[in-house]
Amino acid sequence: MLRTFIAVGVLLGAALAPFAACAAAPLELKSVTVDLPDSDRTFPPGPGSDAVNNNCLACHSAGMVLNQPALSKAAWSAEVNKMITAYKAPVAPEDVGTIVEYLTSLPSAK
Amino acid sequence: MIDLPLPGGPDARSITTQFPQKGSMILQRTRPPLLETPWDVFDTGVFTPNNQFYVRWHWAGIPTSVDIDTFRLTVHGHVQRTVSLTLKDMLDGFSRVELAAVNQCSGNSRGFFAPRVPGAQWVNGAMGNALWTGVRLKDVLDRAGVKAGAVQVRFSGLDEAVVPDAPRLMKSLDVDHARDGEVMIAYAMNGEQLPLLNGFPLRLVVPGWYSTYWVKMLNDIEILDQPDTNYWMKTAYTIPDTPHASIRPGDTGVKMVPINRMVPRSFLTNVSPGNTVPVGAPTPVRGIAFGGDCGVAKVDISSDAGKSWNPTQLGKDEGKYGFRQWETRITLPSAGRYTLMVRCTNTNGEAQPDTPNWNPAGFMRNVIESVDVIAA
Repeated sequence: MLRTFIAVGVLLGAALAPFAACAAAPLELKSVTVDLPDSDRTFPPGPGSDAVNNNCLACHSAGMVLNQPALSKAAWSAEVNKMITAYKAPVAPEDVGTIVEYLTSLPSAK
Repeated sequence: MIDLPLPGGPDARSITTQFPQKGSMILQRTRPPLLETPWDVFDTGVFTPNNQFYVRWHWAGIPTSVDIDTFRLTVHGHVQRTVSLTLKDMLDGFSRVELAAVNQCSGNSRGFFAPRVPGAQWVNGAMGNALWTGVRLKDVLDRAGVKAGAVQVRFSGLDEAVVPDAPRLMKSLDVDHARDGEVMIAYAMNGEQLPLLNGFPLRLVVPGWYSTYWVKMLNDIEILDQPDTNYWMKTAYTIPDTPHASIRPGDTGVKMVPINRMVPRSFLTNVSPGNTVPVGAPTPVRGIAFGGDCGVAKVDISSDAGKSWNPTQLGKDEGKYGFRQWETRITLPSAGRYTLMVRCTNTNGEAQPDTPNWNPAGFMRNVIESVDVIAA
């Protein structure tokens, strides 16, 4: 994607304009209620995907895992163990190996 | 969708507008939210708009409703008297202070680490600069009366872990740091109340330090008479005690310390990799810089991959802890490929390094940035 530097030059002055602070005005806080979006994304089907879906999605959505770079089996094992020991993820011991195998077989894994 | 320049991928991310009080953001994780500021925002000025300020939460137990009448900030522990403050107390009961300061995730730019490391795969947008309005932490601590023998001050917010017995997020500062008169409790950013996802109603502001200490939805301050050994201080967010927090991949047995002061960085904001620049014509280039834990002394630019450097002109100084815009014109003499580089030197005399650091957590990247362009 190419930009034209003519347009950039025209914008240069505006971009350097000082920020117009309005914090000197009286501040009044208002209560806030929001809805946070959830994700219905699950892990791609494959050997062990049920174990991953059942054990991992309580704390975080799948995107965090699927956005990870290629990681070795040792690195994924360390991550899964960190979730269990540091963050107290209630993962059944018999599922740990299955989860690590699944993560190591993700398309991004090596 | 957007493709991030992450070596080896996965590089595809959604652009989302689904989050409350937020505009277009790069979706790194839905729950708990990790939302990255799109890069073009940084070309629009030194203050990052609230609705595009990056978002990072550790636990999914984020309150979706905050009532300003029932909210309380409690100060307790090694103090003369426990204090419970309303938001009205915070707005009307203390001197109001304002400060521009960069809030940057410890792992900003983690996705560029080589070899890659696990964690949020940010590019450079896990940072922002805001004008923070609030009160001095020191004044709040004095209201409670810190007792002699206090060692650290621990902060936590309304967010909760979603697993029983899991460590809720708590961060601590040394008592002298907490009382330095600069650390503040903000109730506004850029003149408005904070978006909920940026910590409404109160957020700790620790100028010059990484964002892990800027506790969101701050409602609990505990003065400790012992060093804090909780997980988030002792284990998480620690760095090798080495220059640039850098080690070789595989090195073990390195002394680790809590991450702390930020280091200088600078970026081009109006030139992207692969852009075409006219040959032989002065071309305006600009960007932003920050000094880390102090101000920006100078920003230099190179158009020959770092062999020679030229100074740039700095924009208005909005405060030493904030972004500083820089600009200059470059003339590329003949057709071909050029590597533009930009380097910040801060007012402590520390310049960005020319080789990237590495550590297993992907913290504190501040190598000189480079952008390849084509003169034609």
